[in-house]
Amino acid sequence: MRQTITCIACPLGCRVEVEEKSQGEKKYLISGHKCIRGEKYAIEEITNPTRVLTYTVKIRNANLSRLPIKTDGVIAKGLLFSCIEEIDKIELQAPIRIGDVIIENVLNTGVDIVASRSMNAIKI
Amino acid sequence: MYNYDIVVVGGGPAGLAAAIEARKNGVRNILVVERDRELGGILNQCIHNGFGLHIFKEELTGPEYAERFIDEFHRLEIEYKLDTMVLNITEDKTMKLVSSEYGLMHVKAKAIILAMGCRERTRGAINIPGTRPAGIFSAGTAQRFVNMEGYMPGKKVVILGSGDIGLIMARTMVWEGAKVSAVVELMPYSGGLTRNIVQCLEDFDIPLLLNHTIINIKGDERLEGVTVAEVDSSKKAIKSTEKFFECDTLLLSVGLIPENELSINAGIELDRKTGGAVVNESMETSVAGIFACGNVLHVHDLVDWVTEESRKTGKSAAKYVYEQPSEGGRTIETIAEEGISYIVPHEIRTKKVEDKIDIYLRVDNIYEDVILLIKTDSKIIKRIKKKHLAPGEMESVSISIEDIISGGAKLTVEIEKGGQ
Repeated sequence: MRQTITCIACPLGCRVEVEEKSQGEKKYLISGHKCIRGEKYAIEEITNPTRVLTYTVKIRNANLSRLPIKTDGVIAKGLLFSCIEEIDKIELQAPIRIGDVIIENVLNTGVDIVASRSMNAIKI
Repeated sequence: MYNYDIVVVGGGPAGLAAAIEARKNGVRNILVVERDRELGGILNQCIHNGFGLHIFKEELTGPEYAERFIDEFHRLEIEYKLDTMVLNITEDKTMKLVSSEYGLMHVKAKAIILAMGCRERTRGAINIPGTRPAGIFSAGTAQRFVNMEGYMPGKKVVILGSGDIGLIMARTMVWEGAKVSAVVELMPYSGGLTRNIVQCLEDFDIPLLLNHTIINIKGDERLEGVTVAEVDSSKKAIKSTEKFFECDTLLLSVGLIPENELSINAGIELDRKTGGAVVNESMETSVAGIFACGNVLHVHDLVDWVTEESRKTGKSAAKYVYEQPSEGGRTIETIAEEGISYIVPHEIRTKKVEDKIDIYLRVDNIYEDVILLIKTDSKIIKRIKKKHLAPGEMESVSISIEDIISGGAKLTVEIEKGGQ
C-alpha cells in the first residue's frame, strides 16, 4: 500500500510517500521528506494519527452561550466525531474556571476534556 | 478632562501586552479602552490551538493565551474601560471616548498606543457579481457566531479564500455538522499554514481549489449557490471551467485590513502597503508620542509576534513619558527591494537602538532555496539562507546596530535567487 502525506513538522510541507512493505527489516519505505522529522511524522500519521480537539460546549448563566473546551492531550483521529457527540450532550452552568474538567477520561482515552477559558456568571 | 500618562486603544493581545510592559517599565497612570464587553480581543473566538509556541514554549488555544495576559493585567491593577469607544484622537493627544455607562469623556494623554487590530475585507471589497441574498458572512464573523454566540450560519458551505481563518472555519463548520463543499483560492498557493491545510481540509476530504474564484452569487432571499471558475495567469475567469456549487452559506476569508480610521483623523502617516502607520524603531508613528502595534500596524500571522512587538511598544511609550527627549542620531530608511513586499519598522534612528534591532518583513511570492540579502547602500551586512519563504509567513531578522551605523542612509532587503 502506498500513501502520500503532507508533513506538518515545519512550514516546508513536504509531500512524503509512505509505502508499506510486507517483509524486510524496515516496515515502511519513506520518500520525499527532507529531514528526519518528516519520517517520524509520516509513520505516526500512517499507524496512529492523533489530533487535539478544540470545540465548544453549551453554557448557561453567562454572557456568552458557548464555552471553548479542548482535549487535554491528543486523541485518535478516528475518535473526533464520537468525542464531539459526547460534548454535545452537555450543558454547563457558569461560573467556570479555565482548566476545569468538563468530561473525565473521554471515551476511555485517558484524556480529559477541559475548559479553555474562564467564564463568570452573569450578575443579576 | 481626565489625564493619563498612557492611553491604550484596544484590549486585545496587542493592547494588553503593551499596557503590561508600560506598567513594568514604571508607568502608573495607564488606561486601556476596549469597545467589547470583555478583554482579549479576537483571541476569544480563536478557540483552536497553536498559539504561544514562541512566547510560552507550549501550545495554547486563543482564549488560554488571552487569559494569561488578562490575569497579569489584573494583577498589575491597570485601569480599563469596557464597552467604550474612542471616537477621536487629535495630534496633541486629546481623545474623545464614549460609553453608555460614562457618556462622553475627554481624555488627555502624554502618550497613546494604538492597538485597534484589523477587520475583515468584505464582499464589497472584492466585488463579487450576483444577487445579494442572506447567507454571506466574513469568516471571522461566522467564527464569532459559532464559537461564542452559539449560532450556526448554515448547513452547506463554500469558503472563498484559504487564509488561516478560512481553513480553520472549514473544520469548525464540519465539526458543527455542516457540509463544506470546497475552499476556493484565487492564488496558485494557499495563504494558510500547511498544518491547517492538513488538519482542516485534508482530514475531511474538503477540496482546495487553487487558481479558482467565485464569479457569480445566486439566491433571492437566501443564498442558493455560487458559480466557481478557474482563472488564467492574469486572474481572468476561464469560461469553459465554470461550475455551480449549491450552498446556503458563503464564508469570505479574503484578507484583513488594519483598522486605522482613528489614526487618519490624528494626522498619522500610513503605509499604503501594510495599511498601517509608518513607524520608527520605537514603533512610534509620524505623530510624536503616538505609537502603534499589533494588527493595526501590519497584519500578523502569529499572535506571538504581536506580543513581542507590543512589549517593545509599551517599553518605548514608557520611555517617551519619563525620559527627556534626546537626539535620535542618523535616520536610516528601510527599503523593500526585489521579492519583499514590506518591512516594519520604516525608519531606524541609530541612537535609539541599544545593540540590535529586529525588523519584520513579508515576501511577495513563494520562494524555495533563496538568500535573503540585507544591505546598507551597496554593502552586504547579512546573507540568510532560506529553504522556504511564503507571503503568509512573516519573517523577522535581527540586525546589529554596529552594522547599520557603519553603513549608508538606506537599509535594503532583497531576495537573491539561485542562492544554493
